[in-house]
Amino acid sequence: MNGKTYLDEISHSRYDFRYDEDGYFKVDQGLNEDIILEISREKNDPEWMREFRLRSLEQYHRLSVPDWGPDISGLNIDNIVTYVRPKNAGMTPKWSDVPSEIRETFERLGIPQAERESLAGVGAQYDSELVYHNVREEVAAQGVIYTDLESALHGPCAEMIRTHFMHLVPSTDHKFAALHGAVWSGGSFVYVPRGVSVEIPLQSYFRLNAPGAGQFEHTLIIVDEGASLHFIEGCSAPKYNVANLHAGCVELYVEKNAHLRYSTIENWSKNMYNLNTKRAIVREGGVMEWVSGSFGSHVSYLYPTTILAGAKAQMNYTGITFAGAGQNLDTGMKVIHSAPDTASVIHAKSISKSGGISTYRSAVTVNPGAAGSKSTANCESLMLDSDSRSDTIPVMDIRTADADIGHEARIGRISSEAIFYLMSRGLSEEEARTRIVSGFADSVSKELPLEYAVEMNNLIRLEMKGTIG
Amino acid sequence: MSALLSVCNLSVQINEQPILHHIHLELAPGKVHVLMGPNGAGKSTLGNVIMGNPACSVTEGSMFFNGSDLLGLSVDQRAKAGIFLSFQNPLEVPGISLFSFLKSAYELTRDTHVRLWQFRKQLSATLGDLALDESYLDRDLNVGFSGGEKKKAEILQMLTLSPKLAILDETDSGLDVDAVRTVSHGIARYMEDAGHTLLIITHSTRILESLHVDRVHILAEGHIVHEGDASLIDDVNAHGFERYLSRE
Repeated sequence: MNGKTYLDEISHSRYDFRYDEDGYFKVDQGLNEDIILEISREKNDPEWMREFRLRSLEQYHRLSVPDWGPDISGLNIDNIVTYVRPKNAGMTPKWSDVPSEIRETFERLGIPQAERESLAGVGAQYDSELVYHNVREEVAAQGVIYTDLESALHGPCAEMIRTHFMHLVPSTDHKFAALHGAVWSGGSFVYVPRGVSVEIPLQSYFRLNAPGAGQFEHTLIIVDEGASLHFIEGCSAPKYNVANLHAGCVELYVEKNAHLRYSTIENWSKNMYNLNTKRAIVREGGVMEWVSGSFGSHVSYLYPTTILAGAKAQMNYTGITFAGAGQNLDTGMKVIHSAPDTASVIHAKSISKSGGISTYRSAVTVNPGAAGSKSTANCESLMLDSDSRSDTIPVMDIRTADADIGHEARIGRISSEAIFYLMSRGLSEEEARTRIVSGFADSVSKELPLEYAVEMNNLIRLEMKGTIG
Repeated sequence: MSALLSVCNLSVQINEQPILHHIHLELAPGKVHVLMGPNGAGKSTLGNVIMGNPACSVTEGSMFFNGSDLLGLSVDQRAKAGIFLSFQNPLEVPGISLFSFLKSAYELTRDTHVRLWQFRKQLSATLGDLALDESYLDRDLNVGFSGGEKKKAEILQMLTLSPKLAILDETDSGLDVDAVRTVSHGIARYMEDAGHTLLIITHSTRILESLHVDRVHILAEGHIVHEGDASLIDDVNAHGFERYLSRE
């Protein structure tokens, strides 16, 4: 291993800002040019990136907060700024400082002690580091580049990043994309060269280990012609976050005949506003697959978007959302069919309980040039009690006569007969409900690598615990 | 000999509609009891209330099983006490394989742990007896099963869990001749264990042909109207339920 690892950088030296005696970098309230310039300087941005950040800041001030989704008025802009300073990154926060709810989650999930410690940022990242590097060495031999975005900006892919970074999600897209453009830090860059198949999924474990840096992370993945990749967003464990806004950005480029599968399970802490933007563009004959599980956060706006830009490009979306008490999760997906014979298949499931609100929001657009395109959507919602809410808001904008579009939606409850049936075989009521809910989510967990499927089931178990009187 | 199940003066409502009235029923251990009666008599309700279906509310009376007061036990506690109900319409539960369900049920009712492969081996013999392919174990519980397959899966559960009391609710309904034979065979196997007791709920008699019936109870309009030995079955076959109806 040569030099410092990425993990070390995140934990110790990346944010070598001024710290006050409490170890916190101080910024003035509000977001201003000086702060952006300081971040840019500390991160050693190339000039174009510095300009980009400043332009994004202007957009941020110009754009207004979205008014069509869940209420985010509880979001304090000052906190966002507070967050920009890397409160805990590089510091040595105590495991005992982690909120008890999250600590408990980790303990019940059986996340090893070492991993928990690294999560809290007190060293012991050795294990995760090793995993990361093993994977990296193996794929590096195939010419795959997998690194953090900051180092990539100064490496041989610098030009590739300049021509792709926030081209799919421009900072003019919405207020939080602009915010992201101004303050982004951390994240991964992956480039898979032509014809290369990466057999093992790449996983971004490092985000787990650096809670303070993950809020505005940027993921940029380019899968070149005929190549294939499975990328798993580093959510092998719930993330501990010091602040309450996540505005990450994911940009995925799937070139001609390439294949990308992007899996993620999110389990943010329940005070989080998750305003994440994910977008993919798929060229001729390419295939984009999304597997997405959303469990945590207070409010989520999450609609992975796919642009099917080349003939016969395909998109497959499998997602599940679980909204419990105090959660309003607005998730779904968007697909734009812009070339002939493109296809999209959507399987969305949602579960709501204890007053949780789960909304499936989708937009399927078929442009005039996309003759012969096909889209099928299947949405299923499960409400666990009458306090909870589940909505389905599908939008279809079809601009060609020659398209085959289907949408099916079903909202249901757990039948008391089914609970009686399972209980009559010895399962407790809680166990019976949990099995039914896990069973409902099964078609999604089947799509996940085993360890993640296990984790998802654990999450469901956790959410279902104590729901019976 | 004291009864395994003793139902005393039991009245039951569903959705505030009275269904069962002042039921007295005693099931003797190791015996085959048959509950007969016309459609709508309340036979299934009686099976369900013994199992503890929360849809059935007991308005008066008592039920004791093996000495313990059933009314104080939840459904799963009754299962653990040794009561089994084969459902008339077994529910389809997506995402739970028959195997993992059986394994959970086995472990929970016995408070034990079984080895995966050992348990599978144990099941495969029973599957063979029931003319069910082993692949059914990996299918989602009852999902896409035919009527006959569902009933066979119920018998598989009964034979695997080996409860003290098995209540079979219309297990023969909707089955073809071959399936009835297979299911009857499974039921006969269950009764090979001297510690097992059966309550067979039926409105036909096909399933009873290969069984030694000890006692027959006739339920009509929510009342137990007649009880007797196996000869009652022939009587019902000859005359139907007509003479038990419209008492008022």
